Amino acid sequence: MSLLELDSVSVFYGQTQALHEVSLTVEPGEIVCLLGGNASGKSTTMKTILGLITPRTGEVRLAGERVTRLAPAGRIRLGLASVPEARRVFPEMSVEDNLLTGAFTRRKGVRAELASVYDTFPRLAERRRQHAGTLSGGEQQMLALGRALMSSPSLICMDEPTMGLAPIYVDRVLDLIADLNRERGLAVLMVEQNAELALSIAHRGYVLNTGHIALSGQADALLDTPAIRTAYLGA
Amino acid sequence: MLDTALAGLVNGSSYALLALGLSLIFGVANVINFAHASVFAVGAMSGWWFSVDLGWPLWTVLLGVMAVTGLLGLVINLVAVTPLAKAPPIAALLSTFAVSVVVDNGAQLVFGPETRRFPALLATDNLGLGGLRFGTLDVTILAVAIGLMLVLGWFLRATRYGRAIRAVAQDRDAAAQMGIPLARVQNLAFVVASVLGGVAGVLGGMYLNNISPTVGSTVGMSAFAAATLGGLGSLPGAVAGGLLLGVVEAFGVSWWGGNARTLITFAVLLLVLWVRPSGLFGKRSPLAAEPMTGTFFGAARTVRLRPWQVAVAAVAAYVVPAVALDDYTVQIGVQVVVYAILALSLTLVSGQAGQISLGQAAPLAIGAYTSALLTTGTGLDFWLSLPISGLVAAVLSVALVSPSWRLRGHYVSIATLATGLLVAAAAVNFDWLTNGPSGVSAIPPPTLFGAPVSAPLAVYFLDLTILLVVLLLVVRLRRSTLGRIWSAIREDEVAARSSGIAAAEYKSLAFGIGGFVAGIGGALFAQQYGYIDPSVFGISVSLLALTIVVLGGLNSPLGAVVGAIVLVGLPEALRMLEETRMLTYGLLLLAVVLFRPQGLMGKVAR
Repeated sequence: MSLLELDSVSVFYGQTQALHEVSLTVEPGEIVCLLGGNASGKSTTMKTILGLITPRTGEVRLAGERVTRLAPAGRIRLGLASVPEARRVFPEMSVEDNLLTGAFTRRKGVRAELASVYDTFPRLAERRRQHAGTLSGGEQQMLALGRALMSSPSLICMDEPTMGLAPIYVDRVLDLIADLNRERGLAVLMVEQNAELALSIAHRGYVLNTGHIALSGQADALLDTPAIRTAYLGA
Repeated sequence: MLDTALAGLVNGSSYALLALGLSLIFGVANVINFAHASVFAVGAMSGWWFSVDLGWPLWTVLLGVMAVTGLLGLVINLVAVTPLAKAPPIAALLSTFAVSVVVDNGAQLVFGPETRRFPALLATDNLGLGGLRFGTLDVTILAVAIGLMLVLGWFLRATRYGRAIRAVAQDRDAAAQMGIPLARVQNLAFVVASVLGGVAGVLGGMYLNNISPTVGSTVGMSAFAAATLGGLGSLPGAVAGGLLLGVVEAFGVSWWGGNARTLITFAVLLLVLWVRPSGLFGKRSPLAAEPMTGTFFGAARTVRLRPWQVAVAAVAAYVVPAVALDDYTVQIGVQVVVYAILALSLTLVSGQAGQISLGQAAPLAIGAYTSALLTTGTGLDFWLSLPISGLVAAVLSVALVSPSWRLRGHYVSIATLATGLLVAAAAVNFDWLTNGPSGVSAIPPPTLFGAPVSAPLAVYFLDLTILLVVLLLVVRLRRSTLGRIWSAIREDEVAARSSGIAAAEYKSLAFGIGGFVAGIGGALFAQQYGYIDPSVFGISVSLLALTIVVLGGLNSPLGAVVGAIVLVGLPEALRMLEETRMLTYGLLLLAVVLFRPQGLMGKVAR
């Protein structure tokens, strides 16, 4: 059973169709990346998965359950979590309050999860009382990741986790994602601009083009696809 | 000295509680809740009812009031704010304004409009410390207010839903992605804010001694000034702003007398907007572009009448009253015409240039006073005083509003509101010029070729002619290059400025011409009634003018006229009572904003 399944999902903004019968799956323990140029429908796909947009036709399933019309809170309880585009930490809340907000949908095991996140990110533990807005970009990305982990998800959706980060942090964040995947079996669906880096840690990938799935396949196969190389890798 | 400061703190704690609610709601829903003042009034009135009619002790009064106002807050959110979540901010601003009118006047119908004594539930002068005299009441008010603030602080920091409120205020989208139910959190914010507001009503009622169903409007405006002073959206700012304003007002009143209170409040408010719009504590820049009208009204095209239809209507407007109507009905017609002139000034400012004004009574008052003082004081001829009144109104309204041009959206509306209230307060306080609260009387009627125009029909003809000239002017302006520039600013100010349009100057011009038109209306008003005083130009007049244009179609000149006929003519003709009339205005405004935002004379563009 797939963790996440999109089945012929079509999304409209008013009269404009943003997604055309998009189908994709994420299996347990997989890193899947979603590639595509500007306005290709990546963010719309993410929002549909998170429950911020309802598709006009098609179905979304999480862990086998139909969630097409379910609110975000219900999806989070089924094991979904989000690292939003541009991190979007709550700037005037402390690091700890940010993390606790990530656990909004659960009532039990919050303290244990907090300890585990501090374990994974010792830097966040050092800064637990500091306002999130005063952290560096890389630290904020870790906070956003930690915040997502607070709901003990089995799948995290990440919208451009390396956007705007210093080069040193880009590698560190990707390493972190790979580690979490390896050690905890956490599945990741990630939108990335940097296709080469993303495919380097991903198992599979999908390429979106004007709202259609244009290509899909194993990560190494995609890296070798001429169309990908010319479109995203500048080669 | 210390006595005054203490009194200021005690009064300021009510402002602080109200300002906290305003800021909380502003943070979570991005709405300036004009109905919050009514929550204070309902708190005070229900507190009075619980303690006087039911004889409850103070603590049950407080609990009862919290229940009533908490529920009221929920209703306000569900009726006036949530349905408009996708509309531009102006929609919720108008709808909460409408709700406040409905609640205030509904409370007048329920409780009766008179001012009553709020029972002294506690002693007021039984304690002393050094040379300072105070009572259990002062201590209790401060203790309850500070206690509530501490509870609020704990709630926001240490509870799951408290953190959710802060998260939604800081980043709505990210909060949604954490599974936080936005609608429920917004309901909760309104309930919490209104509970605080209700308690403020009881505390304020005990402090003020006297209350009436409309007590909210003045206190609410002070709270509003306090929230802006502290920085809208900032909770520490709300507390500091409330206490500070309370103390400043207390000293002002002890030096200059009770009438000075409103003058001080709105002067402070305008100064903050001019000098430091983000307030003492605010971080969020109020300078960000935030289109207030945009597609909400922009989507509406105006219904165009053919020239012959307009000509027939104009001829009918002259002929019908002359042959078929009695003097009483013609006098109603005179009122309709004056309000239509006022409304047309708003069509320019708010409809054409997109700057929602909540204080259009200001140029009306300035025009009326200018004309009244010139004709009574210096015996100037009516026909000379008419353009002078327009000019003075234009110059003063531009001078008062233009420092606010670096503001956008909500803040421009607050600035116009403050301007309107400041002018009314000035008319009360500057009695060397305006004769204060007693007003100006024995203003001579208009003259034509040396003969006084005083018969109802003659006055009507005179006003109607001026209305037609103004109508022609407004229509002509809309089709001119100037009109297109204003439209550009209304639709997208950033885009307009990138095209080289000096937006601030053109907005000033809109307020200038609008002010001139309203000033002329004011002069006509003063001359034909022969008597004016500051109470004639209260906020209800600004509200009525705005309701007229919103009802008729914000961007439709004919809509202003139709709106005036419906809102001024019909209630008068039906001889409706003052309270029911205001109630109807409020309900109508609410209904229009919710169900027909394009107005009667607008149609939706496809």
